[in-house]
Amino acid sequence: MPTTGNPVLNLSVFAVFVLITLYVVYRFSSRNTTASDYYAAGSSFTGAQNGVALSGDFLSAASFLGISGGIAAHGYDGFLYSVGWVVAWLVGLLLIAEGLRNTGRFTVGDVLAFRMRQRPVRAAAANATLVISFFYMIAQMAGAGGLIALLLNVSSKWGQALLIALVGMVMVLYVLLGGMKGTTWVQIIKAVLLLLCVTMMSIFLLGKFGFSLSAIMQQATENNKLGEAVLDPGAKYGFSAMSKLDFVSLALSLVLGIASLPHVLMRFYTVPNASEARRSVVWATWTMVIFYLCTLVIGFGAMALVGTDKIAAAPGGENSAAPLLAFEIGGAVLLGIVSAVAFATILAVVAGLTLAASASFAHDVYANVIKRGNAEPRREIRVARLTAVVVGILSIIGGIAANGQNVAFLVSLALALAASANLSTILYTIFWRRFNTTGTLWSIYGGLGSCLVLIIFSPVMSGARTSIFPDVDFAWFPLGNPGLVSIPFSFLCGFLATIFSKREPEMDAKAAEMEVRAISGIGART
Amino acid sequence: MTKAMRSPGEAHHEYRETRGFASFDDPEALSYVDSDGNPNFALIQQTDEFRVLRRRLTTFIFPMTALFLASYLTFVLLSAYAKDFVSTKVIGVINLGILLGLGQFVTSIIITLGYARYAKRRLDPQRKLLAEMTGVEE
Repeated sequence: MPTTGNPVLNLSVFAVFVLITLYVVYRFSSRNTTASDYYAAGSSFTGAQNGVALSGDFLSAASFLGISGGIAAHGYDGFLYSVGWVVAWLVGLLLIAEGLRNTGRFTVGDVLAFRMRQRPVRAAAANATLVISFFYMIAQMAGAGGLIALLLNVSSKWGQALLIALVGMVMVLYVLLGGMKGTTWVQIIKAVLLLLCVTMMSIFLLGKFGFSLSAIMQQATENNKLGEAVLDPGAKYGFSAMSKLDFVSLALSLVLGIASLPHVLMRFYTVPNASEARRSVVWATWTMVIFYLCTLVIGFGAMALVGTDKIAAAPGGENSAAPLLAFEIGGAVLLGIVSAVAFATILAVVAGLTLAASASFAHDVYANVIKRGNAEPRREIRVARLTAVVVGILSIIGGIAANGQNVAFLVSLALALAASANLSTILYTIFWRRFNTTGTLWSIYGGLGSCLVLIIFSPVMSGARTSIFPDVDFAWFPLGNPGLVSIPFSFLCGFLATIFSKREPEMDAKAAEMEVRAISGIGART
Repeated sequence: MTKAMRSPGEAHHEYRETRGFASFDDPEALSYVDSDGNPNFALIQQTDEFRVLRRRLTTFIFPMTALFLASYLTFVLLSAYAKDFVSTKVIGVINLGILLGLGQFVTSIIITLGYARYAKRRLDPQRKLLAEMTGVEE
């Protein structure tokens, strides 16, 4: 593998971008005086701004590098990710965004504990948030490592590990300095750049092939060892009954998990009211649709012009498809730009995630469980910053362990966790009056626990050549993605635990308040 | 629009005894907002206006959710279990499966815009009505 581009040029494009965004973060950080500023940017963003930032949260390394790479490597089966990501927005729009905005303040725990006994539920919500964010961060860190390894042509495992650690530290710095406002602005800048970038590349590619998607795909089949079969389902999944189930399981996790991610949920708090929350999801849907259409073109474009084998051999593996394609069509300069944008993408998403995790620990665990609601705001923010550092370090370690896996696939595990722990609980608490504390705890821990156990004993962790620990075999669960089992399980847990436990008449007033607030917006925080 | 519009006074008489939300000093001045200026949620929850809002919301979002999940799962299940069918070439080498997938993009846009429109026309005015009626700042 020859050096892709000129490392010095690549690095300088990078450095410029990092400095610009750090400046933005720094400028807005001066106003980070209250907890509301730090966690929710003082709820000051408009629906449109927030919509772009919201899509920014999702146009992550996983989407850009992982999905285009998935399509470049597996054709049709990679395309499933694009579809799942788009459709998932409807869950956020129809079921979650407005009710959440009207009942919560900073974290998922605010909503889940609204009409329940505070301490156990907040602790549970925080645990779930930390676990989900950790998995999601691992994926981003692995993506960052692969990307930089490609840019600097570092192929040794140790060199890549060092790069992941460096990148991780820069990201934590963003959160420490910027809080939600800085993070949101980085998201907005990056989302616009990323959209421009993929749109330009797609238009260029389409132009090159006479504006025929079919022609791109035709040539793509010539550079994939499966030939035309890569355009049909089954290149990655679908060879056995079990792998077909795995495909369905993945699809379910995608569609139900995305709008249940803590950092996406938290994004609904940065707008002043529910109708702005709705507007931001509408905006996000548009940018998503454009973006994921482009991933289709870029994925098949990379297969056509770079070739699946060359992508697989590059440092970073499948995740390198988009940068390699950029180098192929635009040389070192375009590679530098695309990589810088991809890097910014990872940076911004990790910042959002770290923020969600640290907010959840500081606000739910420290302020409400340990200090029983009497925490001094300044100390709470300090705890949040400290948590950000700890979460950052843990995910750097995880990212090093997961280096080389397709990041979109890693993200799908975080999605399964999010859908299992959060979705059932949020829907029950907003729409089911009878739901109680016991039910809440069971659906959070039942979903989270079953999902974690199934991941640990799946082929992802051990027993296969592509596992994180390929040399040992303790896998007994056959599916790579546990969503098909753990998501229904959490709904069932929440349901059974509720109907077999006592009603909580003392919570009736809070339940009435929650329903009225969630649906009408009356009394919601303004 | 609701037919049975009730004045706040009537609603109070109906729920005062059973729910016990009367204020200490003057039961007649009881309103949807208590003496501290907080909304009386239990009372608001019982109004027809709120029920109408709730019904309008749920009759839209739940069937729509069922619809898009069904359409998405159809795409997924066809991809997994009807490989030959979705591999049918339609335009050049573009097959039916890719088109079905792109169809999901289209339905997502339609449902998003449909909901935005529905919320603007049917939900937001009802919310405004409820806020005015209860005298609670939205």
